[in-house]
Amino acid sequence: MATTTTSPTQFAFLLRILHWLMAACLLAMLFIGVSMVTSVGNYHQLLAIHRPLGISILILALIRLVTRLMNRTPALPPTVPPSERMIMKLSEFAMYALFIALPLIGWAMLSAGNYPIVMFGSVHLPPILAPQPMLYATLRKTHTILAYALFLAFLAHMSGVLFHTWIVRDHFLSRMLPWTVRAKGRRAGEI
Amino acid sequence: MTESEANQGFGAPPPLPMGAVIARLAGIGLLVVVIAGLFLYVGGWLTPHALTPAALVDTFEHINGVQSGFRRNHAKGVCVTGYFESNGQGATLSRAQVFQQGRVPVVGRFALAGGQPFAADTSHDVRSLALLFKTADGEEWRTGMINIPVFPVNKPQDFHDFLVATSPDPKTGKVDGAAVGAFLSKHPETAAALKILGSGTPTSGFSDSSYYGLNAFRFVNAKGEDTPVRWWINPDLTAAPPSVETTDKNYLFDQVIAQIHSGPLRWHLIVIVGQPGDPTAEAASMWPADRQQIDVGTVTISTVESEDTSPTRDINFDPLVLPDGIRASDDPLLSTRSAAYSQSLTRRDGERKIPSAISTAEVQK
Repeated sequence: MATTTTSPTQFAFLLRILHWLMAACLLAMLFIGVSMVTSVGNYHQLLAIHRPLGISILILALIRLVTRLMNRTPALPPTVPPSERMIMKLSEFAMYALFIALPLIGWAMLSAGNYPIVMFGSVHLPPILAPQPMLYATLRKTHTILAYALFLAFLAHMSGVLFHTWIVRDHFLSRMLPWTVRAKGRRAGEI
Repeated sequence: MTESEANQGFGAPPPLPMGAVIARLAGIGLLVVVIAGLFLYVGGWLTPHALTPAALVDTFEHINGVQSGFRRNHAKGVCVTGYFESNGQGATLSRAQVFQQGRVPVVGRFALAGGQPFAADTSHDVRSLALLFKTADGEEWRTGMINIPVFPVNKPQDFHDFLVATSPDPKTGKVDGAAVGAFLSKHPETAAALKILGSGTPTSGFSDSSYYGLNAFRFVNAKGEDTPVRWWINPDLTAAPPSVETTDKNYLFDQVIAQIHSGPLRWHLIVIVGQPGDPTAEAASMWPADRQQIDVGTVTISTVESEDTSPTRDINFDPLVLPDGIRASDDPLLSTRSAAYSQSLTRRDGERKIPSAISTAEVQK
């Protein structure tokens, strides 16, 4: 593992921007999704946002994955015990997997359900599966379950980072803040 | 890792006093509770009696039982194919490719309203024709039309309540007249719509029926101009009086099947052009009779196939699958239909399929 002296103090700028942009999109998406499926009057308008926003998230997630793999990441502070390191790695992996899987399943589900995949105006995407009713029903359920999983992962992620930042006070959040935070600013006692 | 070890790292300050730890933990907990609570609220968990697409489809299932693999409404049907020949007259109002002069393939489905897939046909059942137009640019226009010119209600909740009030009690098999009366006294628009519906007599079958799109939509042309419209299709066949009901439980379907076997059936697609001020969110009332009506082309139905083999069985005729150039109006029933049809599709697609009353053998007769 890289030592603290050679590793960057923050994630790459593009990654930090993508993190917050995607956080906003995903949170909006989760709320739109859960609201749309129980709404009669707003269903159509919410769905009209849900589809293109989902594809936007897929594109952002792929850019983010490549950027993440191409850049060095800041070391975890020593306040993170090894057991927690493993959980953090697994949850990061799971969240990236969900960012990509959820829109792909949505796209596949609409394809299997024989729906046109309308983005906006006359712009639409090709189907990625042949129409198959039973598969549609399965993918539709999977889409919901994974969305709930992502929402729970988001709550756990947010709670964990805030715990480190507010209670352990190891400047955990500064690794991902969009603005530049210098290492020399991280003095003992400073929050 | 112990606290002292942690404190040897860069940037970790001395531990917080216990009071501050508790306060900060409570802050994190509160944030989680607020976000999760909002999520639950938006997802309807805190308002269990609100009308949802699932509740609407549950009501259909309560009335009809769960008919595995079938549509929850318009359950009994047969699939057809054909084409639409556009005369180009619709192009001034809508930029959708379907209205450019030319021929567009169409798939569709004749059905009877109600959630019973094996009920005997009767002349007073509401008949439907659902169509899907697919243009070369890959866009789709799906429309579900019925043979009555107005819908009994204007609002989603009213539709649910009307359905409940007018359905026979599953135990006694009788409709509660008092419940219907109570609904009508609260809903003059429904009483007025039923009067319009009562004044018409059904025709002999599917082939000589007109079918109406019911809800208002908006056409948008190449210049971006927006026009409120409704549409209906008018049969080439002259309307004949209802035929004598026979012992054939499928007599309406058998009749249209025989007719398609002997030659294609045609309808003219008519667009009714709304004027400013015409209500677009009132499916229970008609626009004034003097509104301009444009014949935009003919729908020809030339082949028929059982749901048991046709891929059209699995198509959701969601009225809001629209090409660029046709938009939803402000009619709340449109979004409701879209949401409920989607719920119906999700349920039936995951169920075991039972052969249709209109079997492959029935269609080949």
